[in-house]
Amino acid sequence: MLNPLFYLQAIGLAIAQIWANKARSALTTLGIIVGVASVTAVIATLMGLKTKVLTEFESFGASKIFIFPNRPDNAPRNLYPWEEIRLKPHEVLAIAEGAPSVKAITPITEIGMTVESDDARLEGLSIVGIWPDWHQCERRGILFGRPFTQIDVDQARQVCVVNEAAIKELKLENDPVGEHILLGGRRFLIVGVVETIQSMMFGMSANKSEIFVPFSVAEKLQDKFFFMRCSALVKSPELSDEAKSEIRFILRRERGLGAGEPDTFAVEAIDQYISQFKALAASVTAIAGGIVGISLLVGGIGIMNIMLVSVSERTREIGLRKAVGATPAAILMQFLLEAVTLCLAGGFVGVAIGQSLAFGLTKIPNAGLEKAEVPLWAVAMSFGFCAIVGVLFGMFPAIKAARLDPIEALRHE
Amino acid sequence: MLLELRDITKVYRVGVETIHALRGVSLGIDRNEFVAVMGSSGSGKSTLMNVLGCLDRPTAGEYRLTGQLVSRMGAAELARIRNEQIGFVFQSFELLPRQTALQNVELPLIYAREGIWGWRSRRRRAIEALTRVGLASRMTHRPNQLSGGQKQRVAIARAILNRPAILMADEPTGNLDSATTLDILALFRQLHAEGQTVIIVTHEDDVAAHCKRVIRLRDGQILSDLPIEKDQAGRFVDDVNERQRQRAAARQTPPARTGEAAAC
Repeated sequence: MLNPLFYLQAIGLAIAQIWANKARSALTTLGIIVGVASVTAVIATLMGLKTKVLTEFESFGASKIFIFPNRPDNAPRNLYPWEEIRLKPHEVLAIAEGAPSVKAITPITEIGMTVESDDARLEGLSIVGIWPDWHQCERRGILFGRPFTQIDVDQARQVCVVNEAAIKELKLENDPVGEHILLGGRRFLIVGVVETIQSMMFGMSANKSEIFVPFSVAEKLQDKFFFMRCSALVKSPELSDEAKSEIRFILRRERGLGAGEPDTFAVEAIDQYISQFKALAASVTAIAGGIVGISLLVGGIGIMNIMLVSVSERTREIGLRKAVGATPAAILMQFLLEAVTLCLAGGFVGVAIGQSLAFGLTKIPNAGLEKAEVPLWAVAMSFGFCAIVGVLFGMFPAIKAARLDPIEALRHE
Repeated sequence: MLLELRDITKVYRVGVETIHALRGVSLGIDRNEFVAVMGSSGSGKSTLMNVLGCLDRPTAGEYRLTGQLVSRMGAAELARIRNEQIGFVFQSFELLPRQTALQNVELPLIYAREGIWGWRSRRRRAIEALTRVGLASRMTHRPNQLSGGQKQRVAIARAILNRPAILMADEPTGNLDSATTLDILALFRQLHAEGQTVIIVTHEDDVAAHCKRVIRLRDGQILSDLPIEKDQAGRFVDDVNERQRQRAAARQTPPARTGEAAAC
């Protein structure tokens, strides 16, 4: 309908208008700039967090499964007593033998104990009982010495494995293999040093002392109905769902749960946590989006205001353009393009500010935002929203301009 | 007939009052005429110009321009007619202040129906138009760097760019001094000599005297419509003729004037 030269001219004219009224344009687009800058920075932050968390989950193990006792929702306590729903060593054995998709499995139980070395005494340290498969499940190898063997477990030998923090706290030698420490008054031989945990998630800290003993030893030291959970490693991440159903089937059979009875345990894969985190991130994005929507609305009203001023300032020009043959549609398009250009210019500045904010965030030490960066889709989305705001709020002034009577407009002072 | 008005009326409503700006005007103008439309304020000459220039639609009556019935066209169609058939020259030039003379002249092309392919020929046409009005050396100047007469020349170049059927000038010399007025009127005469149809709306007899035909309006009706030699209807005309006679006399007898001046 309108020829391409018209669009070129209209955009050029819009830029010239913005440039001619620099201060006014800057103030007008402030709302848009603030809105876009904040959404860009928020998205960058979220993306940074997400990248970091997901890498941690992955190092944690995408093919990992947790098994723990779980009373069915809203079920009466007396119907499912603890003795029944707690995990029992024979159930773990049944899974280890019966689930083909499970590569490795280990029960885990913790006991609070006093630990003594020649030079130090630590109270209430938690001692963890594990199977040799634990190293595989947790992806934590041995630095010095050796891991537990099946013999250690079968014979319930009084051996232990410590981490580096424990070496420091107990004032042991750098290579403590062969030394003895007292756990609850019993002498244990240190056979190995385990790798420090990589992740800082779930409250586990690299600085915490950890001491591991064979599960059979821990079992003897525990009460009758002690608490234990399980970590299992699936042969490959795709088999995660299959492994979950196998474990569920075995546990239900072991517990004699009839059809229609709810599970008295929970089997969860790490990907569930990932999807939970993703859902959380999505809702935070949505809330941020809402806030930005409001600031864009306010910015849009500013745009509408300045466009109305522009239309009334340039009434004679509109009259002239109509006299030389501009159709109402051409005038409408010209002012719409001007509003959109103004919004996009604001969006451009906003994205630039957001980008530098994101860059600033990566420089904050210990904030965990080293990976904060503005994704391309966020930039595209910002410009898209700016264009929409320009069209929406530029429409009313543009219609006003298009409807001007050329005679009246030319007579306007 | 290039254009034909038949029984045109125009009625405005201002509040409760009804104003009959035109009360049954009929006239025809041929190709390559040079017409002055005259009348005092309130005579309806501006309204007639707006109707002739397709800026406004008559309340009743028929207006045919180059065979097309434009009196019942919609806003977009009228815009196209203005773009292709009519060139406007205004009293206050109406140039866009931030654009160069050339860009100002090109303005109608932006709204033309042709595609982008004619871009080069467009620019050539704009340069041609500026050359025709004698401003080939001022193409990159902005309006604030031009004199009043030059601004009006740019406006005329803009008006003749699309080779319009009618060149329509509304008090084109109202803001100019007498020397520049003569220049601009000479330019209109030149364009007319080259075949352009020109309509000048004015209240100055001096300006009308340059045209070939004078249409006088009073109270929304045509008072007289005569070739310039016979245009005696109003007392103004007598004044014009009187002044022209005086001027001619002054030119023929310069010593007398010096004598007069000396006597004073």
